Amino acid sequence: MPTDIQGLGLGLASRFAANPLVQKYGLSKPAEKIAYIATKKGFQLAQKALAKKSNKPKDLKSLPAPAALFDLSLTEEQQMIRDSVKSYAEHNIRPLALSADENAELPETLLKDAEELGLNYFAIPENLGGVGQLSPMTNALVAEDLGWGDFSLAYAILSSSSVVNTLSRWGNDQQKSNWLPKFCDENQVFNAAIAVQEPQPLFNSELLNTKVKQNKKGYIITGSKSLVPLAGKAQLYLVVAQFKGKNQVFIVPAETKGLQFQSSPAMGLRAAEVGTLTLDKVQLDKHALLGNNLPQHKAFCYQTFIDSSHLAWCAMAIGCCQAALDYLVPYVNERYAFGEPISHRQSVAFMIANMKIEIESMRLLVWQAASRFERGEDFHRDTFLAHHLCMDKSMEIGTNAVQLLGGHGFTKEHPAERWYRDLRVLAVISGGLQL
Amino acid sequence: MINLEVPKKLRVLVNQARQTADNVFRPISRKYDKAEHDYPVELDMFAAIMDGMNDALVDGGAGSGKLRQGTKDSSQVQNGINMTTVLGLAELCRGDVGLSLTMPRQGLGNAAIAAVANDEQLARFGNKWAAMAITEPGCGSDSAAVRTSAIKDGDDYIINGEKIFVTSGERADAVVVWATVDKNLGKAAIKSFVVEKGTPGMEVTRLEKKLGIKASDTASISFNDCRVPRANLLGSEEVSLDKGFSGVMQTFDNTRPVVAAMAIGVATASIERTRELLKKQGIDADYKRPAKLSSQLEAEIYQMEAELEAARLLTIKAAWMADNGQPNSMEASISKAKAGRVANYITLKCVELLGTVGYCEDELLEKWARDSKILDIFEGTQQIQQLIIARRLLGKSSSELK
Repeated sequence: MPTDIQGLGLGLASRFAANPLVQKYGLSKPAEKIAYIATKKGFQLAQKALAKKSNKPKDLKSLPAPAALFDLSLTEEQQMIRDSVKSYAEHNIRPLALSADENAELPETLLKDAEELGLNYFAIPENLGGVGQLSPMTNALVAEDLGWGDFSLAYAILSSSSVVNTLSRWGNDQQKSNWLPKFCDENQVFNAAIAVQEPQPLFNSELLNTKVKQNKKGYIITGSKSLVPLAGKAQLYLVVAQFKGKNQVFIVPAETKGLQFQSSPAMGLRAAEVGTLTLDKVQLDKHALLGNNLPQHKAFCYQTFIDSSHLAWCAMAIGCCQAALDYLVPYVNERYAFGEPISHRQSVAFMIANMKIEIESMRLLVWQAASRFERGEDFHRDTFLAHHLCMDKSMEIGTNAVQLLGGHGFTKEHPAERWYRDLRVLAVISGGLQL
Repeated sequence: MINLEVPKKLRVLVNQARQTADNVFRPISRKYDKAEHDYPVELDMFAAIMDGMNDALVDGGAGSGKLRQGTKDSSQVQNGINMTTVLGLAELCRGDVGLSLTMPRQGLGNAAIAAVANDEQLARFGNKWAAMAITEPGCGSDSAAVRTSAIKDGDDYIINGEKIFVTSGERADAVVVWATVDKNLGKAAIKSFVVEKGTPGMEVTRLEKKLGIKASDTASISFNDCRVPRANLLGSEEVSLDKGFSGVMQTFDNTRPVVAAMAIGVATASIERTRELLKKQGIDADYKRPAKLSSQLEAEIYQMEAELEAARLLTIKAAWMADNGQPNSMEASISKAKAGRVANYITLKCVELLGTVGYCEDELLEKWARDSKILDIFEGTQQIQQLIIARRLLGKSSSELK
């Protein structure tokens, strides 16, 4: 930061004070008095000027101004949503998690039931049947609480609403009115998924191998996508591909000719029925390019898209880690060894304390990034750091959850081994979700 | 409404503190690192400026001497004295931790006085520079084992004992001393007393030579039949098993985030300088590729920045809770634990990354790596913070989880 007038004055005052003459002749006391008064006055003036500046009438069209104060309290609406999602996670998701993971199968009624939560409706504009409120911050809270229920079932549930959020944020009018009302149909579940990840080592979401060319009928897409949730089960896919040197999203209906799905279960995320989608010169129609013809300021932004997905994964991981901590606290208190609860040992207790410290760390970084995203501010660095931290700490917590349960943690008697597997995906995945 | 930005009204103060760090502290940083135990004369002038700044703040000011728990008012969010102090001090410690610690009238004793003093005591001691004397040769983290005694004698207490590691113990105008009024009653009998400089029977016996924060004096003080008026006892005189010790400990809920803020300051300084030096070598971590696709050096920077950002937000959170009257013991410990270890890790990692440039005295990086160590020790070590957090989470007493 450049030195300003005050800084210059401070430097001078400091040099003056150290001058041996000042010390010798006792000049420092009167000078200190002057310094006190001058600073107090100058500082009050500066504050007044600042207050005046911020009282200027706001341009109504501009984005909402940042809230004036540091604040970690949820709005009433957010609290209500949280309560209902958490309760849903506890009663409707958790009981399904074990067998869904073992069978690597999505419980048949899950997605239909989850519609009760109304997650798809938030982002959809009012005229198309929704609420018209796309709030990344609230979505991050929802993702955390669903992740607390179960990581891979949460992935499945959030898959469709992620597509809704993407279409609402960047779709052009034709795309919005064509696709969004389908998510509001109460008689029929409409599922969708986002495909970004590609099956090769050192995958970099900036350098996609899936490529698109334009032709008379629309676009031709070729490539392969991995870890796609609801693979083969969804009615609509958003596939990310390189087109004219840029990374873009393409809208691919499930009935498009030439889509090949292959189930490819992974270490974790098993209940989300992840699979690989292969597209070999598949013809897409003219409306396939997301946000085509939109003016610059509304245009699709790939970095925001990727950052938003990373934040969603982070939020889910935080929920999963919180679930682990909630599970371990009673366990280490009840498990006896050497005549006392193992929680009486520092080696155990400190692992619990560190879980808490890091869960709080991850949460605040994600909240910072998500709230900046919501206010339309740059949130790339915040997301980058949040993602970096969450990768590191959530995987550590997944490991320690098994360790604290000892041999029992290694068995399917306890959910820890599932968290251990699910949380690894943080280091692996880009895309799939969208706040 | 969730918002993790530093409020606009505090940015003036943060900038002022930053200017001070750059223009007052940094130029004399090395001088007082070498001249351990010399009094930094520049600081009197600076303290006057600081007082002017703190007193001008619209919301009632900042600084250790003003730290208090806010009152709970759910209708309105407060960003008050705790947050202001934390933000200001982080900036000052970006300049120099040792000098920040020896700033007149900003002692931890001031925080103790602010937290529990009555109005009469505030009037008498509010403007005095007060140090804090807890540790003894035989007890550090185990502060309930304090052996210094304070025996009532008419309207006075007579203090006997030996205190060590008293930050600013020689320079301060007064020392807040922890002493037991009855050794048989355990920690409930521990009270704190304000002992003014020059009180007969109180003597500074030695100054420590230290690894870092050399600009700040660390004194041993002995008390031999030191007579202190009863009116100098902070808080309630009555020995109560419910409230006694926890009352004294309450100060920590306010001061731990402050020490965490110091850690954030010195860690920020290290990363900033390291980035500057690496940039001259053409290395700039620009957040474009994830760490596993970046160079090892960039990955190290990302790791440091992520950890620092987490520590920073945890610290502001703990202060925010104090400002809003929310019980924050656990969050205060979380912030201190995280910031303390993160500052150690970052300042040492920066030295390591820069090789001899980091290790030699031409740069301040080696000094910061020495200064930072204390921040994971005083005001409760890393391990003590973890114990506090674990006891809270697990619902354990100090006799169960030792």
